Amino acid sequence: MEHHFDAAILDVVVPARAPFSATLKAGQVLRIIDLESQQAVDALFYNAADPGERYSAQDTLAAQARAGGRYDLSTGSVLRSNEGRAMATIVADTCGFHDTSAGACSCESNTVRFGQATRFMHACRENFLTELAKYGMDKRDLVSNVNFFMNVPIRPDGELTVDDGVSAPGGYVELRAEMDLLVLISNCPQVNNPCNGFRPTPIRCVVWEP
Amino acid sequence: MDHLDTMTPAQYRARYEALQAGARAKAGAMPDFGVKPAIGAGDVIAREVIPPGWYVALRLRRGEALHVENPHGTPGASVFLWNADDVSERFNAGDTAKLQWTTLIGGGRVLFSDMGRVMAAVIADSGAGHDPILGPSTPQTAGGARNGRDNLRSAAAKFGLGRRDVGPCLTLFAKMRVDAAGLPALVGAPPPGAFVTLRAEMNLLVALSNTPHPLATLQEATGEIGIVRYRAAPPGADDPCRCATEEAARGFENNDRYFA
Repeated sequence: MEHHFDAAILDVVVPARAPFSATLKAGQVLRIIDLESQQAVDALFYNAADPGERYSAQDTLAAQARAGGRYDLSTGSVLRSNEGRAMATIVADTCGFHDTSAGACSCESNTVRFGQATRFMHACRENFLTELAKYGMDKRDLVSNVNFFMNVPIRPDGELTVDDGVSAPGGYVELRAEMDLLVLISNCPQVNNPCNGFRPTPIRCVVWEP
Repeated sequence: MDHLDTMTPAQYRARYEALQAGARAKAGAMPDFGVKPAIGAGDVIAREVIPPGWYVALRLRRGEALHVENPHGTPGASVFLWNADDVSERFNAGDTAKLQWTTLIGGGRVLFSDMGRVMAAVIADSGAGHDPILGPSTPQTAGGARNGRDNLRSAAAKFGLGRRDVGPCLTLFAKMRVDAAGLPALVGAPPPGAFVTLRAEMNLLVALSNTPHPLATLQEATGEIGIVRYRAAPPGADDPCRCATEEAARGFENNDRYFA
């Protein structure tokens, strides 16, 4: 669907490395724009009325795989909750694939991947914890997320890697909320792997009424 | 020490590619973990049988091991772990795959928590495959049959935990592969007698559900799962799981700090 920016009900530039959160009503559309290209955007979704129901990467991928679909997300993918219900649908996508297997970076996991020297570098789970706290939630509420614009191939030999992003400047993904949602976003600060082209950049989040 | 905030993109890339090359070399040279563990009669703490469709909620102390047997080839068993001393620390399926650069969690691999620590090491494994990506069976996949998601939640409840404490799990005895077109599928079924042995690297709460992988043709368990909880030999500095990959070694170093 064609959307005009002057009709948006929310239009925010999220600085490089920063967190962001917003609530969406069922039917509203969220567009996440990768302004400068190759920027991973980590996202989590909670049922706004009952946050114990939250995004489930495994429910999402199992349902998609059982329907003959791929291991990653693109237009038509339905993001499902831990109750198996549709939380959001990807209705537009200029990138083509988005990860939901690799989870979010953290200070602690960085020490395992890249050594102790990376412990005090900002990470997505720090952003998520900051945002979760605003809604009375904590680390127990952190689950595997969606990594929009992140290129994480799972190869036939089982290898899972983070490869260079392919999203172009101004590329976007658009989600339609299927229930009232709390959306948490971490504009990924990682520079130890290629997910942000080794240079985190701003993104833009825009919401429209249906 | 590298000055990480001042490195150039080219320097970051070179470092990443060196780590990736190291991980690929290790993956291609994994030692054999296919021998069933010799469990001394005096080391056995408990033996149990999980009927088809059921689950157990049990504690493992650090240094104890859980040997899991699949005598009849039932198509999967899902497991989730919490640190018994701080249940906010729990199994992290994404980190377990990403940190080890692989979705193939077999012998010599470790199960990571969300805190960069090793919760358990796969000290023996018959090679039936274990999947961290697609999760347990659910009410949607299982129809009316008992399902893994509800079982893991019930097991959590037995520890006083709730729905928000159950995250993505590991499904044992499921050889999931993604083909060249990007489509996930199970490759064959687990052979009768498949086994896997997990050694606890911290005090653990364990939920183990005898229910299928969500891609199994039959969404109902077809046989019992046997478990043996026993006292394992304490891991030394030369422990094969600790030494199997650089990432496991760094995870164990985080454990050493935690327990120091």
